[in-house]
Amino acid sequence: MNNIMIKVENVTYEYKSYIEEEIQAAVKNLSLEVKKGEFLVILGHNGSGKSTLSKMMNGLLLPTSGDIYVMDMNTKDEEKIWDIRQKAGIVFQNPDNQIVATIVEEDVAFGPENQGIDPAEIRKRVDDSLAIVEMTEYKKHAPHLLSGGQKQRVAIAGILAMNPDCIIFDEPTSMLDPTGRIEVMNTIRKLNQEEGKSIVLITHYMDEAVQGDRVVVMSQGEIQMEGTPKEIFSQVDKIKELGLDVPQVTELAHELRKEGIDIPGDILSVEELLKLL
Amino acid sequence: MIIDIKNLNFIYNPNTPFESRALDNVNISIEKGEFIGLIGHTGSGKSTLVQHLNGLIKPTSGEIIIDGTNITDKDVKLKSIRQKVGLVFQYPEYQLFEESVYKDIAFGPSNLGLDESEVHIRVKDAMEVVGLDFESLKDRSPFELSGGQKRRVAIAGVIAMKPKVLVLDEPTAGLDPHGRDEILNEIHELFKKEGITIILVSHSMEDVAKLVDRILVMHQGKIVMDDKTREIFKRADELERIGLGIPQITKFMREFKTLGKDVREDILTVQEAKEELLRYFKEKRR
Repeated sequence: MNNIMIKVENVTYEYKSYIEEEIQAAVKNLSLEVKKGEFLVILGHNGSGKSTLSKMMNGLLLPTSGDIYVMDMNTKDEEKIWDIRQKAGIVFQNPDNQIVATIVEEDVAFGPENQGIDPAEIRKRVDDSLAIVEMTEYKKHAPHLLSGGQKQRVAIAGILAMNPDCIIFDEPTSMLDPTGRIEVMNTIRKLNQEEGKSIVLITHYMDEAVQGDRVVVMSQGEIQMEGTPKEIFSQVDKIKELGLDVPQVTELAHELRKEGIDIPGDILSVEELLKLL
Repeated sequence: MIIDIKNLNFIYNPNTPFESRALDNVNISIEKGEFIGLIGHTGSGKSTLVQHLNGLIKPTSGEIIIDGTNITDKDVKLKSIRQKVGLVFQYPEYQLFEESVYKDIAFGPSNLGLDESEVHIRVKDAMEVVGLDFESLKDRSPFELSGGQKRRVAIAGVIAMKPKVLVLDEPTAGLDPHGRDEILNEIHELFKKEGITIILVSHSMEDVAKLVDRILVMHQGKIVMDDKTREIFKRADELERIGLGIPQITKFMREFKTLGKDVREDILTVQEAKEELLRYFKEKRR
């Protein structure tokens, strides 16, 4: 039994640009593995290729060259595509674009219904999924009357009801208020730690990125940096060069170091810095 | 005073089972040239309030006076309100529709009935403000541009109307940190150079702390706080109770102080924190 959830092998994705009428590569000869149970974060500026990569991870886009395997199934294998999407689900940025039904529990049931699953099993999955995202009390509500964070959690429950092993999140919090962001991040951590789901999180928020096991930084379709959050964010200058940012306390520690204050360069949280000073 | 809102109320779906009060007796006065941050959780009434400012929604009751004109007055022309108050919505790039960048930005000013040379100047200036190169981009289709550029085109379209008040609803949502800083810097430049009054709606406490002079906090349709930025972020517990927060750096300095360290707690930026801590270390060494 191998422990690889998703294997990306020498993948290039090319598209024809409208502007220059020439072929451009959004992803260039990229290789990456997502391990089972891992919480992987992908960072990168707009246009770095990270969304293209994530869409290839469950066969929404197919590589121009190279291969992607989801639990040993090649995304190019048309017969396997529905199995692949069941194993690896995607949650997108805008919750309003992902909700199809007028009642929360019907929305969550939509995926498994389309898989032709037994109604009693669907009932169980819907109840379980809503319980995990802590939305059980809203199951009879209309989704459009929920807050952004609640809607996004309903969208996550809809994916969970498909029983995936891996969930890919493409900027799931960028349209949410601070509370909504915390709710969704707590849910993502819970899915990883308690439900054992593999997580791929694409985000522009550095305070979210520090919660992952491993961080990959993309630029121009290639992986520029890879490591634990501490290894990545201690390289403040390089991160900034790549159009990204570091958490404010990390930047403060970095600035103080430059002034000769003796503290480590890999501070990620308020608590860590408080202990040191 | 450029904006004076008195006893503003707005009720959605009145006299139905879905009746809900989105604005509850809102009173705000804003002076010309202020840079205001408007914060509040989703559903707190920010967007409803902002849509009142250029006449997209009519109040249930109350008055909105913009630059001396009561815009709730039945005789007021909507065109004149839209000229005074420019509104940039969330994800404004979804509203681009013309075949070229130039035409898209020129759409608003042309509809004001300005002559072509004036429209030309305005388009050019607006593109400069948002950092888009006029010559190389004016004839391009806006749909060929990157996300950040599209958003700039949309913002330029509003700036070209030369509004006295510019309202931006989450102008940086979905942008990477570099793009976020660029757009915020451009907005700040516009504020400094043109003396335009700006209202920035944002979920990012870090951005608000860096930019604005004064913050309005909304909760359940009411203005629950209205004060200088530094004063607002001293009220961390209250902000957290209504689903908001304070910048990470402000939080750090507050907690550092509660450990009995003699530092200022009203810090808003990393730069300020650095200076304050260096001062603290220097004094401690003595």
